[in-house]
Amino acid sequence: MAKKLATEPNGVALQGGQPKEKRESIWKDVFAGIVSNKASLISAIFIIVLALIALVTKFFPQVLPYDPYAQNLSESLVGPSAAHWFGTDIQGRDIFCRVLVGTQITLTVGLAAVAISLTVGVILGSIAGYKGGKWDTVIMRIMDMMLAIPSILLAIAIMAALGPGIEKAVIAIGLVSIPEYARIVRSEILSIKENDYVAAARVVGNSNFAIVFRHVLPNTLPSIIVRATLGISTAILDAAALGFLGLGVQPPAAEWGDMLGRGRNELFQAPWLMIFPGLAITLTVLAFNLLGDGVRDGLDPKARKR
Amino acid sequence: MLKYILKRILMVIPVLLGVTVIIFLITRVLASDPAPVVLGEHATTEAMAVWRADNGLDDPIWLQYVNFVVNAVQGNLGYSYYTHQPVTAEIAARFPATAELAICAIIVATLLGVSLGVLAAVKKNKLADNVSMLVALIGVSMPIFWSGILLILLFAGILHVLPSSGRVTPLLQPTGGTGFFILDTIMRGNFEALGDVLIHLILPTLALSLYSMAIITRMTRSSMLETLNADYIRTARAKGLSKGSVNIKHALRNAMLPISTVIGLQFGSLLGGALLTETVFAWPGIGKFAVDCVLKSDFPVVQGIVLLVAVIFVIMNLVVDIIYAWLDPRIKYGAKEEG
Repeated sequence: MAKKLATEPNGVALQGGQPKEKRESIWKDVFAGIVSNKASLISAIFIIVLALIALVTKFFPQVLPYDPYAQNLSESLVGPSAAHWFGTDIQGRDIFCRVLVGTQITLTVGLAAVAISLTVGVILGSIAGYKGGKWDTVIMRIMDMMLAIPSILLAIAIMAALGPGIEKAVIAIGLVSIPEYARIVRSEILSIKENDYVAAARVVGNSNFAIVFRHVLPNTLPSIIVRATLGISTAILDAAALGFLGLGVQPPAAEWGDMLGRGRNELFQAPWLMIFPGLAITLTVLAFNLLGDGVRDGLDPKARKR
Repeated sequence: MLKYILKRILMVIPVLLGVTVIIFLITRVLASDPAPVVLGEHATTEAMAVWRADNGLDDPIWLQYVNFVVNAVQGNLGYSYYTHQPVTAEIAARFPATAELAICAIIVATLLGVSLGVLAAVKKNKLADNVSMLVALIGVSMPIFWSGILLILLFAGILHVLPSSGRVTPLLQPTGGTGFFILDTIMRGNFEALGDVLIHLILPTLALSLYSMAIITRMTRSSMLETLNADYIRTARAKGLSKGSVNIKHALRNAMLPISTVIGLQFGSLLGGALLTETVFAWPGIGKFAVDCVLKSDFPVVQGIVLLVAVIFVIMNLVVDIIYAWLDPRIKYGAKEEG
């Protein structure tokens, strides 16, 4: 991938205006990749629908047939029926409504956690790759240390220290994925910075900051976009795991992992408590994985042939 | 080669020290005071002060860290806030359960993953390929705890053929021994207990192996596809060798290099997955223990477990690198060599 970009300096002229053009073509490639892959296209539509559900249930909760947070003990643990499509939980809350509302937290956590790891990872990876030397050694050794602890264990420890809450879950999940982004950006930059156009930019007196932002980072975008799309699915899985262990949201918030964790005691008595939230997590993660495949097809046509 | 190995071993030390710093920062700086959690909210301030002093929590943080490292080097990881037992003993009592589960899971993941991957590569773009890839895709998309729950629901709840939790039926539990129940029961010739242990292992092993299996399947497929296009494969085919012989003896053998790397790395990540699998199956290993101890602020134990897992992870990486260098003579170990 890096090599392919390195041999394509034509898209990267030295003067102002160019990165914008380059970026536009990247998004065109992403779009083309998604559209050309049927599974990826369906996934993209599915994700758009999820986003719409999240927005509608957030701003117009009156469209929901039941209040997803209100207890109704007379309807406790009712199986799936015409009235309650996915059944009800032990407090008599409608699972279907709670699964719908759960999209809000899942998508927010997925995107926000990736935003954190992406931002910090790109900054650290850029410094390590571009500055090299001691900076590189120190930053990458710290990344190695973080990678030596299983990410879910690290996230659990951070959550236990910070206390429950959705913002804290975002921070914990965002922090543990930083090394992956830092590594990708660093290795891309190592090959990109050897290009003539980077040397030329230096010769004409651009600052390091300007060179990295205008000439180097835009060329790492394809790898970053692919990783970030797939990273959302990892973030969603991690968030669900934290929720499942009781470290995520606080009641009565509806979060899919948390719903699974709380329904465990009624597993045999009310299996619907387990089936629908789990299915929601799996389908969402699957959709982001397939979307990531399409994005990669668009940005790295060589990968498609394999 | 020896120099390369020694250099890699030396590089492990700063990584492990760094791991202890990270976990120390999380449990001693980021986390709130464990005293009220451990002693209960109704404990008096004096009692809490005494407790903190007893556990060295009044010392400056750097001194606490130095004490921890100095003790750890001597094999003392501190004492649990609750049971007052040495952390090493607490971990040693539970580690075999996790190791047994993880080893079974990596064996299952490797056997299934390599078979599915080879099948997918050989039958590229046919039904078998699509099915294998679908299985792999579902494997990476299902939360590990959810697949565990579904297995329990199906095999314990509906079919009633397998137990839903635990390592062994209490009456059959082997006492003493290594703690690895498969080994212990075989050594004593107690095959009734062995059968019971194996039956208890099936569901957690399946649940834990699913993700790694999916990753190994994908890696095997792409690695096989690459070798299947190589000239020596065409030569082997031209010589009139049977398809099976070419695929297994020539292609798979050469494709195994990257596959073995992935298998090694997956073993490390299995330990993370064990946290969730053990919680779902009430498996008495260090994964479930870690979660329990994190939740009740038993920090010395948490530190010990994180350190142990990191040591295993780093050793696995090291072993993978060394095997890789040994298997592939093209890799040089010179200091100037890059990547």
